[in-house]
Amino acid sequence: MTEQLSDAGPPGSFPRPGKWQQARVTEIRQETPTAKTFRLALSEPAPYLAGQHFLIRLTAPDGYRAQRSYSVASAPGDSGEIELTVEHLPDGEVSSFLHEVVMVGDELEVRGPIGGWFVWRGDTPAVLIGGGSGIVPLMSMLRLARRSGRQDLLRLVVSVRRPAELYYAAELPGPQTTIIYTRSTPPSWPRLAGRLSPADLPGPLNPEATGFVCGSSGFADAATTVLHGAGMPVERIRIERFGPTG
Amino acid sequence: MTFTRGFRGRRARDPRLPPGQYDVGADWPVLTAEATPTLSTATWSFNIEGLVEQPVKWTWDEIRALPGSDYAGDIHCVTTWSKLGVSFHGVSVDTLLAAARPMPSAGYVLATSHTGYTTNLPLADVTGGKAWVVWDFEGQPLGREHGGPARLLVPHLYFWKSAKWVSGLRLLDHDEPGFWERNGYHDRGDPWLEQRYQGD
Repeated sequence: MTEQLSDAGPPGSFPRPGKWQQARVTEIRQETPTAKTFRLALSEPAPYLAGQHFLIRLTAPDGYRAQRSYSVASAPGDSGEIELTVEHLPDGEVSSFLHEVVMVGDELEVRGPIGGWFVWRGDTPAVLIGGGSGIVPLMSMLRLARRSGRQDLLRLVVSVRRPAELYYAAELPGPQTTIIYTRSTPPSWPRLAGRLSPADLPGPLNPEATGFVCGSSGFADAATTVLHGAGMPVERIRIERFGPTG
Repeated sequence: MTFTRGFRGRRARDPRLPPGQYDVGADWPVLTAEATPTLSTATWSFNIEGLVEQPVKWTWDEIRALPGSDYAGDIHCVTTWSKLGVSFHGVSVDTLLAAARPMPSAGYVLATSHTGYTTNLPLADVTGGKAWVVWDFEGQPLGREHGGPARLLVPHLYFWKSAKWVSGLRLLDHDEPGFWERNGYHDRGDPWLEQRYQGD
């Protein structure tokens, strides 16, 4: 069992994030009442893969610093710009600052890309399951697939509690995506509100598919159970968890 | 140093926090790249192999019969949370290595998990009272989402070095990058030096 959890390249090719660099905020979009997307123009373009994340570091006049990592939502490209979608956590030191203070034109210090495991390179079948803000890295994958004309490779299931909490609501719908609501649905939605179940998976799984699961730890365990129950071996399931547990 | 417009930051920083870390308080985030396994203590085992004079394998009952050891202090995750003032109970890695007797050529260890996870450490970072195999957290059995029934504990390094669901240590004469280390994370991971990523 020692080799199943290996990815990345041979020794010597380990991914290294770049140095800290300045990025200018070029656009801010409100995705939901509690989530904003920040478009950042990097001073040094940093090629990234769908699923990777960047760090944002804030520095106070006395040198005090705080940093957090945020998944990239935009598709990999060569524009030298990245989009990070940030959920405003009520007591979050960095997310509160980003939401309440940062304006277009501000400079932020960023570093990345980071992560060589939870990445989709755009040429293999994959089933993506995201809970709430866990959609963000999966959105990068979906955007990549749509832009490169490889929608056939991806199936995305996103679970949110209620319609107002759905990120990218205008852009998500399509033959590759399934949206499920666990507490309340839009009017005349065909599926009753309820938790993710095996019936929500889009047809039989491609045996070659990799699973990408992102969400809270509880959601990640539930989604893993659903995928495993549908026949996906656990070693084909890659998980990104976030948020506290009780 | 480049300052961020309008950022003052929260005051009263706890001196126990390494740079770039915040106090997560009562929470204990779970960050795992794999499915959470269910391991039975009836079949659980822990072994030491590689460059040792006597490879040893312990069952659950055998390892718990060894002289116990406690850690009380802080833990630091590379994702920037720290958890202050926690306690674990288990057995010192020194006790385990004393039974296996490392050869003089051994300089590194590769910790392995029952899930296939691996992480590499200098031997000097798991000896001298700095590392444990633990099964109790705050006096209660370690939850399986946190690595139960037993995990490695190397609290002076970032917490990905403290392999969940640990199955053994392989002693080596060279540094062999583990799972996160092959994916861009630092080979040693000292939080006070902010050794987060390869090249830091």
